[in-house]
Amino acid sequence: MKVLKLIFKNALRHKLRTGLTILGITIAVIAFGLLRTVVTVWDSSVDAAAANRLITRQSVSFIFTLPYSYKEKIKSVPGVQTVSFANWFGGVYKDKNNFFARLAVDAETIFDVMSEFLITPEELSNFKKERNSCVIGADIAKQYNIKIGDQMTLEGDIFPGNWDFVVRGIYRPKNKNTDATQMLFHWQYVDERMKIESPVRTGEVGWYIVLIKDPNKSASISNQIDALFKNSSAETKTETEKAFTQGFVAASGAIISAMNFISFVIIGIIMLVLANTMIMAARERTREYAVFKTLGFSAYHLIGLILGESLIISFLGGGIGITLTYPIVAGFEQAIPKGFFPFFFIEPKTTIMAMSAAILIGILAALFPIQRTLKTKIVEGFRFVG
Amino acid sequence: MSDLIQIQNVSKSYWRDSFEIPVLNNLSLDVKQGEFMALMGPSGSGKTTLLNLIAGIDKPTSGKVVVAETEISNLGESALAKWRANNVGFVFQFYNLIPVLTAFENVELPLLLTKLSKVERKKHVETVLNIVGLGNYVQHYPKQLSGGQEQRVAIARAVVTDPILLVADEPTGDLDKNSAAEILTLLERLNKEFNKTILMVTHDPHAAERAKIVRHLEKGDLVGA
Repeated sequence: MKVLKLIFKNALRHKLRTGLTILGITIAVIAFGLLRTVVTVWDSSVDAAAANRLITRQSVSFIFTLPYSYKEKIKSVPGVQTVSFANWFGGVYKDKNNFFARLAVDAETIFDVMSEFLITPEELSNFKKERNSCVIGADIAKQYNIKIGDQMTLEGDIFPGNWDFVVRGIYRPKNKNTDATQMLFHWQYVDERMKIESPVRTGEVGWYIVLIKDPNKSASISNQIDALFKNSSAETKTETEKAFTQGFVAASGAIISAMNFISFVIIGIIMLVLANTMIMAARERTREYAVFKTLGFSAYHLIGLILGESLIISFLGGGIGITLTYPIVAGFEQAIPKGFFPFFFIEPKTTIMAMSAAILIGILAALFPIQRTLKTKIVEGFRFVG
Repeated sequence: MSDLIQIQNVSKSYWRDSFEIPVLNNLSLDVKQGEFMALMGPSGSGKTTLLNLIAGIDKPTSGKVVVAETEISNLGESALAKWRANNVGFVFQFYNLIPVLTAFENVELPLLLTKLSKVERKKHVETVLNIVGLGNYVQHYPKQLSGGQEQRVAIARAVVTDPILLVADEPTGDLDKNSAAEILTLLERLNKEFNKTILMVTHDPHAAERAKIVRHLEKGDLVGA
């Protein structure tokens, strides 16, 4: 007979209680995994930012536009390799719930600066040639079953009216955390229509995307760009793409912090549940532990029995929870609108954290019953009536 | 025969809140090797406390307890645990078997602390289970056994490590007359055939009759010869 066998037998003495505790840990680990995935996905948009890209936007707020004429001036700054730009278009595709980024971009340069958007030369060429064409991310194409040659009609809100586009390219993400949920079309196409329908809104650019040669010079180049437009009617703020993205993430900081906090609260609650199970188990076995001590089993043996049982329960709950988290996250990804989270996957660190949390729960939950068992004298143990 | 157990001026008190409750009063007792002694007395006379001190599961407030030339009243918890594993076998009134282990596994428990191989452990366990007449019940769990059979498993567990001393606290207290007689016969046999020194606490005069010596305790003192 092995001690491990005894630990297993002890864990299965009250099958319902152990089963419910394992179920509780499983659900907690799944909840922890989901919340942590949301948090890490949020943060990973910052990690996905390129080091050699700067974003130039209106200094007052991102919602204000910049003149198109800035493009050439920015390009003249030493160290700048390519300048592209984009405009938030908004609009509705079929249904208001179909959320994904729709951007009016500089078709000539956008794929030069966004090198993580992979597109075939033929598709890129077709996109550049046709003014009402668009390129969409692979995830969007998959979700809405859109193929090259299909027409996409957007109902404009910021830019009123119906806008028809022909899909001429589908870009693939270079990395796992690359956003493949964007719809890109010609800025010129939008601008020319605005010249007719709303002339005061022509020549407006949302932000410039500046590709630089040396990422180490990002600070000085940013300063030089902003200096160009100092005291103008549209002063700029240039920063690295990472800092720019962090600004967005920070805006949701309170929600993310709350989710972070809740994920650890869940771990704390389930630790108390397991601790309760272990305390009950140890209390019921007070006489048995007295027998073990009488037979000559040491404190280390008793620690092994109690800790082992606690760890088995937490391992089982944690293991099942982590195993189930993967399909649940995949289902969650399918259920939420594409574009709400550009990418949604479990990072290895989330799995490691969940398993570490399960192990930690197992250890912490065993501490009190261990302390109580070791403290109880043999004669007190035999007198104990549970 | 030499003295296996020497108890010299042992006192033991328990504390209930701030009240000291004396249980044993300056008690001295010698038990020779190979003896079968019954300790009798009314409830609260200190029989079980004396047995616990001799078995090394409790410590005296004052005085000296020497068993097999080791002063166990001076040993630390860890050393005492090792000493118990090597020298004492325990039989309790309510058997105290581990319910999730079979008869075989219960008897094997003390052997897990030895360096015996699995094969050797199996041989030892089967031998003692045959001695107590439960060779056919090795895979039975405690709940599948009668009270008498459970107590025989407990006796097998107590002797499987071949201890020099066997302590039994009311071993027949939870058994019917026939089962009690079987257990007492078994203890007699262990004393006579295997020369085990046995110290038995009992209320039952019929059980005490089986012992070679009977000592009486009253209010923490040994009375009579």
